[in-house]
Amino acid sequence: MRLTVNGEPREVADGLTVAALVAQLGVRGRVAVELNGEVLRQAQHPEVALREGDTLEVVTFVGGGV
Amino acid sequence: MDDALVIAGKRFGSRLLIGTGKYPSHEVMKRCHEASGAEIVTVAVRRLDLSAKGEASLLHWIDTSRMTLLPNTALCYTAEDAVRTCRLAAELGMSKWVKLEVLGDERTLFPDVEQTVAAARILVKEGFTVLPYTSDDPITARKLEDAGCAAVMPLAAPIGSGLGIRNPHNIRLIREVVKVPVIVDAGVGTASDVAIAMELGCDGVLLNTAVAGAKDPVRMAHAMKLAIEAGRSAFLAGRIPRKAYGSASSPLEGLVD
Repeated sequence: MRLTVNGEPREVADGLTVAALVAQLGVRGRVAVELNGEVLRQAQHPEVALREGDTLEVVTFVGGGV
Repeated sequence: MDDALVIAGKRFGSRLLIGTGKYPSHEVMKRCHEASGAEIVTVAVRRLDLSAKGEASLLHWIDTSRMTLLPNTALCYTAEDAVRTCRLAAELGMSKWVKLEVLGDERTLFPDVEQTVAAARILVKEGFTVLPYTSDDPITARKLEDAGCAAVMPLAAPIGSGLGIRNPHNIRLIREVVKVPVIVDAGVGTASDVAIAMELGCDGVLLNTAVAGAKDPVRMAHAMKLAIEAGRSAFLAGRIPRKAYGSASSPLEGLVD
């Protein structure tokens, strides 16, 4: 199925969970995920199965200040 | 002498807050944080770089056992974007402390105070501890306090400008009109700017570029620490009144003929 992750199209296996997607992205450290405009709680990541056409924002902390 | 900075009931041993942007390297940033003595560090929330697989995260370089993370909403231009960023930050950081920043103009990076107050109201209602970046306007500062913000953070000068405190009189007025901590945020160029902020009675200073962009960032971080301490001590000690004319400190009597 096709998703949009951080603005880029991405082809993944059907029924993939959010946590499995994050693992596929090769993330080291913590991320927060917004699914179709709704922020997911960390505990939801292993539970929520993605669907065709879902749009995700995967964010992390980066350097920044004032 | 206990002179802790207390924000929303939480005590901090340092009155300096420092950023994590624009350092020559993560190693230098870590050393700057140590040299500064700061216990609060600001971080930005951004899309994960999908091409940078396996890169060590920023948090690897921050001693979170000693430092409180303060995610910011830097470069948000609407209340809606800022609130969304804060919700994401809460999921990322496991805390609901945020530096609220809603900008109104790309050239000056001045805050949009109307949007800032609107966002603050929503965030406070959602249980966030909100530290808002704002203009040096006492009226806006009071509105932010009324909205339930845990501190107000007026700018010294435009973000990253290094111009120092452009309107010390307003900063002093803000200190007078609000009860929450006043933290000068943005525009600091060098250590004397920090000392002036503290001498005005401010409760803290938040800076980033002045350290990260210095020729010797670690040394500047140390200078900022000393400036915080010097300025705070001078404020608590109480300065002498300014006089128009000279006033000798040696006795006038007993001069040799």
